[in-house]
Amino acid sequence: MENTVVSAEHINAYYGDNHAIKDVNIKINRNEVIAMMGPSGCGKTTFLRCINRMHELIPNARAEGVMKLDGEDVYKMNVIYVRYKIGMVFQRPNPFPNLSIYENVIAGYLLNGIKISKSDKDFIVEKSLTSAALWNEVKDSLHKKGTFLSGGQQQRLCIARAIAMEPEVILFDEPTSALDPISTSSVEALFHELKAKYTLIIVTHNMQQAARVSDKTAFFYVGELVEFDDTKTMFTSPKDTRTQNYITGRFS
Amino acid sequence: MEARIGLRNTKSILFKSLIIFLAFVITIPLIIVLLYIIKQGVTQVNWHFLTKIPAPVGEAGGGIANALLGSFIIVAAASVIAIPIGMLAGIYLSENGRTRLAYYAGLCVDVLQGVPSIVIGIVVYFWLVKPMGTFSAISGSIALAIMMLPIVIRATEQTLLLLPPSLKEAALSLGVPYHRVILKVVVPCGFAGILSGITLSIARIIGETAPLLFTAFGNPYLSTSLSKPMETLPHVIFTYATSPYDDWHNLAWGASFILLLFVLILNIFTKLLTRKWKIQL
Amino acid sequence: MEKKDDINSFAKKAKVTLQMKNKRLDLSHSQMKWETIFRRILIVMSVILLILVGGILITLIMQSMPSIKSLGLGFLWGKVWDPVNNIYGAYPFLIGTLLTSFTALIISIPFSYAVSIYLGEYNSKGWLSELLKNTIELIAAVPSIIYGFWGLFVLVPIIRSFEAKIGVAPYGVGIFTSSLVLAVMIIPYAASLGTSLIRMVPSPLKEGAYALGATRFEVIRSVVLPYTRSGLFAGILLSLGRALGETMAVTLLIGNTSQLANSFKNIFFGPGNTMASVIANEFTEADHTVYLSALIELGLVLFLVTVIINVIGKRIISGYTNN
Repeated sequence: MENTVVSAEHINAYYGDNHAIKDVNIKINRNEVIAMMGPSGCGKTTFLRCINRMHELIPNARAEGVMKLDGEDVYKMNVIYVRYKIGMVFQRPNPFPNLSIYENVIAGYLLNGIKISKSDKDFIVEKSLTSAALWNEVKDSLHKKGTFLSGGQQQRLCIARAIAMEPEVILFDEPTSALDPISTSSVEALFHELKAKYTLIIVTHNMQQAARVSDKTAFFYVGELVEFDDTKTMFTSPKDTRTQNYITGRFS
Repeated sequence: MEARIGLRNTKSILFKSLIIFLAFVITIPLIIVLLYIIKQGVTQVNWHFLTKIPAPVGEAGGGIANALLGSFIIVAAASVIAIPIGMLAGIYLSENGRTRLAYYAGLCVDVLQGVPSIVIGIVVYFWLVKPMGTFSAISGSIALAIMMLPIVIRATEQTLLLLPPSLKEAALSLGVPYHRVILKVVVPCGFAGILSGITLSIARIIGETAPLLFTAFGNPYLSTSLSKPMETLPHVIFTYATSPYDDWHNLAWGASFILLLFVLILNIFTKLLTRKWKIQL
Repeated sequence: MEKKDDINSFAKKAKVTLQMKNKRLDLSHSQMKWETIFRRILIVMSVILLILVGGILITLIMQSMPSIKSLGLGFLWGKVWDPVNNIYGAYPFLIGTLLTSFTALIISIPFSYAVSIYLGEYNSKGWLSELLKNTIELIAAVPSIIYGFWGLFVLVPIIRSFEAKIGVAPYGVGIFTSSLVLAVMIIPYAASLGTSLIRMVPSPLKEGAYALGATRFEVIRSVVLPYTRSGLFAGILLSLGRALGETMAVTLLIGNTSQLANSFKNIFFGPGNTMASVIANEFTEADHTVYLSALIELGLVLFLVTVIINVIGKRIISGYTNN
């Protein structure tokens, strides 16, 4: 199996006339944690959403170039299938309020009308919640709605929901920026566990988080991918002055 | 200077008293009407009244069973037509608010909301009654459905617009297709708001007479056929109230009481729904 | 030997994975088809709205044609309505409609404003304001046939003795009686709109005035009311639109006379007809084409006027909510 799971070639993204992503090329390897950082408005979230074609939800948004998942261009594939293969966790935890915790985890199957046996369902729910380090906390209230959960627990529920689909890649859009510090560390602890089975791409506005959790880091600035390197190297001896300025706090 | 301030304060107090007086005095006519209907009507209602059809003139007894059944059938048929169309149109408007079609469709909803109900009756007469050659329950249902549409559409549209976009995003990112996202996530989450629009529209049309005057017309017998004329509560009130017979006047009071009861219950139910939904938000 | 097993099981696993992938791809493809169908259905439903409104307008125009052709524009100010002799003039109904609607409007305005100011300014929260708000909404919920029925049996006798006292013919029914009931019926429309608008007045605006030493009344008069002026006007338009189209209560209370009386006093306190009530009464009896068509022309005029008023009112309101 080839080691590159996501490969972006000459990706340009536009919101109407606004050229938001300028000629980004990046190869992401399997089972690594990749952090994407940069100041507000640098395009990191836009680029993340271009990977699973969620940018298409915004009218006037379009992306050009080739985005390969396992060698196939996602812009030419069936978009429903693409989003099934790539999971996403959002900034604000968004479990479905009308479904129980149990149903939330297997929502990807339920909402698609995919029939699985009760024992399979139970298995998937337990496995996903365990991988998301949430099983012990909710195993006795699986059939309640998830609204009583704390922010960190809700976010881990969303992670379990994404994992239940067995995606190749999981995208995280500033997953801890709406959480308190304790919840943040519980989520960050997961990244290390999850990378054994999945590839994680995490957009973060928190440099320290990028340094803590990732194997490689990408630095975006004004729509360009300025630098992409091993995290250790990036933070100790960055190659581009812009990266250096960002790391040392010249611009936020 | 102090006298001036005193005068201004007095004016302010007088104004407030006037406002309070006017605001509350206007509830008196409503209370008078409600109490009168209840007083005149409640004595009319008994099992006989609810289950018998009207007796011929001069004979005692008789009831409004035909009108009760007719109202139920016509309103049910109108709902079956208006609810799916209204919800789907409301979904379109909330999802595609910026398109030209949405602009003109929204304009049409505003227009439909303002059309006098008798005009709708005229139009449906030419669309259905004349071609069919007979008054019919279905034509009445269609006229009422047209009146229900704006309310259902606006309630659906506004409810869905209030839902956070993260709901849709979460479902789409799981690989759920758009129609399932809308039908299995978005609409169920907005259920209470949409339902309140439905109950409100039903409360509105069960009391409507004008559009039924030349569509469903009326029928002294029990009927379940959609292609024949059918009697309804508001229409039977109209017929009996304008008749010269005291017996029939009494029936009209009883029917008014029943109609008022239904309208009140539906409105209370709607209020409870909107309150619950606000809390969930 | 083991290597062969490994290769075999690896091949098997790959085959199963490929099967699952294809199954899932198939599902995604069929889901895509349904997605497109659904999106199309949504569009069709909205187009139905356009067709509906267009159809209403076209039907009204087409069915009015015979009357428009043979009677022309003079129809609108013809003073005589005599179907038996084939004379059709809409003037009595225009007068009836305008008199009832505007009288009702004028009577209702102080009350609608009072409710709006009370609920918007003096008491916007709490059980009493909720109670008043619900009561006002209840006024709009009561079917108009019930207002008409009650009015016919309770209000008309009262008005009859009142008219006898002031020296006009004691019909009881008529334009005056209809206006009274109509006034109550249309209050909720302006009142609920006015309440929302007054509640939207930004506090800083009012606080500035209070800081200068203004009394409550002065703040309302010089800040709140001017700020909401066009919105309150829109509320009046909506009430007017409702009044113009009201049929059943008016039909029962207006006396159904198509002849115009000789003096204003007699017109106002005597029986008459509105466009809506004459349609309600005579539609099913109209036996020849021009008769029916004349009635429908009245319906067309009603339609156009109420639609224009409502759309203008809604435009003004959306100007407020967009701000």
